[in-house]
Amino acid sequence: MTADQQSAGWVQEALRIHEQAQAEESATHERRGSPQPAAGTVREDLVLERIDRARRSRPRVKEERITMSHGAGGKATQTLIEAIFLNEFRNPLLEPLEDAARLRIGGARIALTTDSYVVSPLFFPGGDIGDLAVNGTVNDLATSGAVPRFLSAGFILEEGFPVEALNRIVASMRAAAGAAGVQVVTGDTKVVERGKADGCYINTAGVGVIEHDLDLGVAKARPGDAVIVSGPIGDHGVTIMLARGELDIEADVTSDTAPLGGLVAGLLAATPGVRALRDATRGGVATILNEIAKAANVGVLVSENDIPVRDEVRGAAELLGIDPMYVACEGRLVAVVDGAAAGDALAALRAQPLGEQAAVIGQITADPPGIVQLKTAFGGTRIVDLLVGDPLPRIC
Amino acid sequence: MRFVDEFRDADKAHALSAKITALCEPGRQYKLMEVCGGHTHTIYKHGLEDYLPEQITLVHGPGCPVCVIPMGRVDDAMALAAEPDVIMTSFGDMMRVPGSKGSFFDAKAHGTDIRMVYSPLDSLKIARKNPDKRVVFMAIGFETTAPSTAMTVLRAAAEGLTNFSIFCNHVTIIPAIKAILDSPDLRLDGFLGPGHVSTVIGCRPYEFIARDYGKPVVVAGFEPLDILQSIYMLMLQLAEGRSEIENQYSRVVPWDGNLVALKAIGQTMELRPYFEWRGLGFISHSALKVAEPYAQFDAERLFSVPGVRVADPKACQCGEVLKGVLKPWECKVFGTACTPETPIGTCMVSPEGACAAYYNYGRLTRQRVKEASRS
Amino acid sequence: MCLGIPGEVIEFLPDQPDLARVNVSGVRRVINIGLLSDDPPQPGEWVLIHVGFALSKIDENEAAAALEFLEGIGQAYDDELAALAESRIE
Repeated sequence: MTADQQSAGWVQEALRIHEQAQAEESATHERRGSPQPAAGTVREDLVLERIDRARRSRPRVKEERITMSHGAGGKATQTLIEAIFLNEFRNPLLEPLEDAARLRIGGARIALTTDSYVVSPLFFPGGDIGDLAVNGTVNDLATSGAVPRFLSAGFILEEGFPVEALNRIVASMRAAAGAAGVQVVTGDTKVVERGKADGCYINTAGVGVIEHDLDLGVAKARPGDAVIVSGPIGDHGVTIMLARGELDIEADVTSDTAPLGGLVAGLLAATPGVRALRDATRGGVATILNEIAKAANVGVLVSENDIPVRDEVRGAAELLGIDPMYVACEGRLVAVVDGAAAGDALAALRAQPLGEQAAVIGQITADPPGIVQLKTAFGGTRIVDLLVGDPLPRIC
Repeated sequence: MRFVDEFRDADKAHALSAKITALCEPGRQYKLMEVCGGHTHTIYKHGLEDYLPEQITLVHGPGCPVCVIPMGRVDDAMALAAEPDVIMTSFGDMMRVPGSKGSFFDAKAHGTDIRMVYSPLDSLKIARKNPDKRVVFMAIGFETTAPSTAMTVLRAAAEGLTNFSIFCNHVTIIPAIKAILDSPDLRLDGFLGPGHVSTVIGCRPYEFIARDYGKPVVVAGFEPLDILQSIYMLMLQLAEGRSEIENQYSRVVPWDGNLVALKAIGQTMELRPYFEWRGLGFISHSALKVAEPYAQFDAERLFSVPGVRVADPKACQCGEVLKGVLKPWECKVFGTACTPETPIGTCMVSPEGACAAYYNYGRLTRQRVKEASRS
Repeated sequence: MCLGIPGEVIEFLPDQPDLARVNVSGVRRVINIGLLSDDPPQPGEWVLIHVGFALSKIDENEAAAALEFLEGIGQAYDDELAALAESRIE
């Protein structure tokens, strides 16, 4: 038994803020003349209301240092983007925070996007960092409804990185660019000391042309709309986890990295009822569903039985204790379409090899706004919330 | 997936649900405790509570071995990780548990070498690959996981490794259950017994619950149908006035447990006289430490650990939530000062903690119940 | 304390009596079967896997019995529903 006792400073701070908020809340109640909440059911509603308010309140980054959570695509990432980047750079073109910005230059409508690729390992079943760099950028443009045209490619190379590996990566990029119908028209090269850059980091920017009048965006989702996914989810993220070799698991999973321009074009041609398109990258399908719910202030109800997941991805996820809904894809799109147009949309996707296993996974509802629900295979319902950080494997 | 999908069949769930409801005495409320974090997870993940009548309340017990580690011990682990040349290895569950100065995750951001592993054997591998470093394995878990740690220590000994040790925080389930049974402010009707702990300790250790406290126990599996069937078996016992130990998870749990596993634990570990549980206070003979013959694998002996006790904040009501006296939303700091991102107490710390599970999964239960009663 | 997943034993590893390769829905992993040394699992048998170790063998008979019980409940329920649908008071 130890003699010393302390309390955690951060806990005291959190309690102090909470007490302050409570005092303000009671004061508001008194001012409005409303009764204090009684015990029992009313109390629970009050607590739930308070949580909702806290969720919708102004984002603030509470940490002093960046952690891996900030890069996972979940709540921490969103808070970082809103509290720091959006806060400083704020302008109407940035605010939608879609995958690409839609600009008007002269008479043309242009989509502009940027991405950085820091995946490790650089080479994995199904592709390499070069494939990701081209396809990922192309997909951000395609899901904005643009025809991808030009890419830039900036390389940050680690001292000691094998030139042969660089050759392979660039060859992949050439092939991917050809398949996607884009050209790499400018670039940059930097070299950093041994120990930085994990071998090779790639940064890209992409430009595409918007050739239609559609105003796509997740904020456009309406109750009654259908939610469609273009194929099985979680392939890429699980492939990377296994490829890191630390988990000693072998499985026939490959990354799903692919350019989605063709799928998008087919979809937009088949029906005018497309409201929004997103490619499901880090944070997985669950993150996109939450973005839709939040941006459009609608409910999203999806059905576990309808979500396509490959057996091996499911097996690996069960083994590790992670949920495929939160695992990154690199060649899957999520589409929100007018309920009446769902049939046409699905047919258009399934007509192409990449969309063979496209499926309607759920729909947009009016209630409860801002919340994503999952009807489980078992018949019950649960909430699919934004993850705080990376999906961590669990043993318990 | 075999042995999984068959136990997730929705039709059979409806049937079980009807039978469970039929066993409820009119006007009587039932409180059943599911001890195990994994059970809480399944219940929320599959929306199982939708299948239960309002008369039955499931109370989440202290079955999350990560959540019950006090802040002081987390600080100790962080101190170990910060030692020069130490590689700390840990399960994913532990990464976000906050001590008084942050979590493993935060320490990683500060440059500490902390690596996530899936198995203690992975930790051994890291030790072999890094002879110039000292590798510490953060050993957590109930009796389910202790045998794996024990086997790893035995293997390290067989290989003569000199740079591997464990920081032992294994806890045992029976004292925790007894602490709950002995609480004066408690009213429970029965228990869903921990499924995987029981593969190691068997079903006999629970006999005192039926014998001395008159409460029925059904050792339950982890698929949704397992849990529903176990609840059915508990309700049947209550309706028939029995209090016995039954094993629903018989396809996995042997009545006598796993002797090899128990021997491995007995060889490499011994019970601590007492151990502090976050939210439950000090419980005697409730945790394990490395036994003397294996001292060279005991991080607490190899390093000097601060050992400073950090008190549970007074506002934290985890104790009452753990004992089933309070529901998560009845805790004064639930959802405001204490959230999954800023968890104060054990119940919010891990996704299986009663409060985290409710925060993430159960918020809408109230609304649905209200709507259902209106329609 | 809980994440255990059923897997099928495929083969033992040569020279490593404590290790076996298992298959979980198409995913293969080498695990330690040392905790089952009293009655080692054979290829084709199923085990419960937890943090890289086999904790227990899955008893196929017990599993079948559990499923039979559930089938029975399901059948009785269906029968009752059918009876309810057919019965009339008037």
